[in-house]
Amino acid sequence: MAMTMTQKILAAHAGLESVQSGQLILADLDLVLGNDITSPVAIKEFAKLGKDSVFDNNKVTMVMDHFAPNKDIKAAEQCRMCRDFCGEKNITHFYDVGEMGIEHALLPEKGLVTAGNLVIGADSHTCTYGALGAFSTGVGSTDMACGMAVGKAWFKVPSAIKFVLTGKLRKYVSGKDVILHIIGKIGVDGALYKSMEFTGEGLSSLSMDDRLCIANMAIEAGAKNGIFEVDDTTLSYIREHSGAEPKVYSADPDAEYDEVINIDLSEIEPTVAFPHLPGNARTFSEIGEIRIDQVVIGSCTNGRIEDLRTAAEILRGRRAAKNVRVIVIPATQQVYLDAMEEGLLKVFIEAGAVVSTPTCGPCLGGHMGILAAGERAVTTTNRNFVGRMGHVESEVYLASPTTAAASALTGRITSPWEVMEK
Amino acid sequence: MKYTGNIIKYGDNIDTDVIIPARYLNTSDHAELASHCMEDIDKTFVSRVQQGDIIAAGWNFGCGSSREHAPIAIKASGVSLVIAKSFARIFYRNSINIGLAIVECPEAAEAIAEGDKVEADLDNGVIRDLTTGREFKTAPFPEFVQKIIENGGLMESIARGVIR
Ligand code: SF4
Repeated sequence: MAMTMTQKILAAHAGLESVQSGQLILADLDLVLGNDITSPVAIKEFAKLGKDSVFDNNKVTMVMDHFAPNKDIKAAEQCRMCRDFCGEKNITHFYDVGEMGIEHALLPEKGLVTAGNLVIGADSHTCTYGALGAFSTGVGSTDMACGMAVGKAWFKVPSAIKFVLTGKLRKYVSGKDVILHIIGKIGVDGALYKSMEFTGEGLSSLSMDDRLCIANMAIEAGAKNGIFEVDDTTLSYIREHSGAEPKVYSADPDAEYDEVINIDLSEIEPTVAFPHLPGNARTFSEIGEIRIDQVVIGSCTNGRIEDLRTAAEILRGRRAAKNVRVIVIPATQQVYLDAMEEGLLKVFIEAGAVVSTPTCGPCLGGHMGILAAGERAVTTTNRNFVGRMGHVESEVYLASPTTAAASALTGRITSPWEVMEK
Repeated sequence: MKYTGNIIKYGDNIDTDVIIPARYLNTSDHAELASHCMEDIDKTFVSRVQQGDIIAAGWNFGCGSSREHAPIAIKASGVSLVIAKSFARIFYRNSINIGLAIVECPEAAEAIAEGDKVEADLDNGVIRDLTTGREFKTAPFPEFVQKIIENGGLMESIARGVIR
């Protein structure tokens, strides 16, 4: 039976020779992730089992990122609960303030995921690690508790949509524009329950940061996972960050797909998703004058070093428009440090931005940049649902780091091509 | 598994941010979560929901975040069953894992109106709109999922050694 990349990884972890879409399996997990919001619920569930230890203290990780540094007393209590649990259970990979970053930027950077792994996380954007050729997917807290207890999870084997990438991205266009374009094309449930498999000769021109961003938003198309074919770029990234051996799976040449979609990267333009769905994608010929109040550059989608570099390239030596609040949030301590050493933080501060410690913060309307009624933000995050960044009457426009930076300069939603030489 | 209740109806793409806004995620207390359920899309939900009520909704119900707080908030508010045209996948598995009954049935979700009295017999795959007298067929849950639900959810299934 011919299999997709995802099906091969699932089969291997279920101890089966082959699987087919629709089949329910119980699979072994390589890593179980939780954050400061979802872990407390999982810890309470885990406690009901009365087990002294987790299935493997090296294969459970918790990252304090959403409301950390603690935004209020309740958040502090949630983080303490995670801290106490990880201490008690001797969990190796517990990341607290000072070491943490936004989970989906942190795990690849720390080398906790390698190609061929099967990872679940109690966070929907766990699908990010598909960029490394792993099967990773978001689950709930009960799945996390079960994963911590027995190292297993149940899955319905997904069918897949294959995306064949050709060509090369134009200047100031990035992975974010690609994924917004794709979600605009197939819709927010266009890949519901399915895998999105990315392949084609266009892959070679995409950086790891581009791929992580694309895989990150697979869930916004309803997908179970996004997964990239492993190439030299993947392997050298993994070798640089991880001691774990990559296991490379490729799809069978005769694997069946529900659909094959060709994407010519050279045709992708700067793209913005309008409120209140990530699928409301528009390019600049369809965007009029839209004034904004805030710009956020950060998150698990676009808070990596390349994102900060391209944003800084646009902001360098310039000043954000008056009345626009610009918030830059490096996704991890390492990204923060690299940005500092490269002089990017200076560029942002001189442009009138604030630079925050790593946190999810405004991405989910948690803290550090909440919007008032009627306010608009251009942000590099991944969701623009009603009330996502604050008041239910505020508006969130999703865009790439270069579009966000260009918009910061003008005070309206602006293409990077307008403020820079193409 | 049989459920009877009055319908509260919603549209497509009801996301977890409106089911339970992130600003309330600094707690995992069920009653507190229920007291903010649906707040950003329907301020009247909390005051009008009755024990046993059934939600009927459109496509992609529960899309967005993996927060289990969403099905928990719905269950704790007294809702016995959610019928939707389709569910987002994490919400779907979370509901099964915590024991909130859900069923996909596009025809029923379309035809049933706000306030109707509905009876759902999930074992036999039948949904009846008692107000209009219309009847709809659904697919029964796969056996594996039934086993989890029969044992009272995922954690119970582990505790009982059904999953090891
Ligand atoms: S940055 Fe936003 S989307 Fe990413 S993990 Fe944090 S809250 Fe979720």
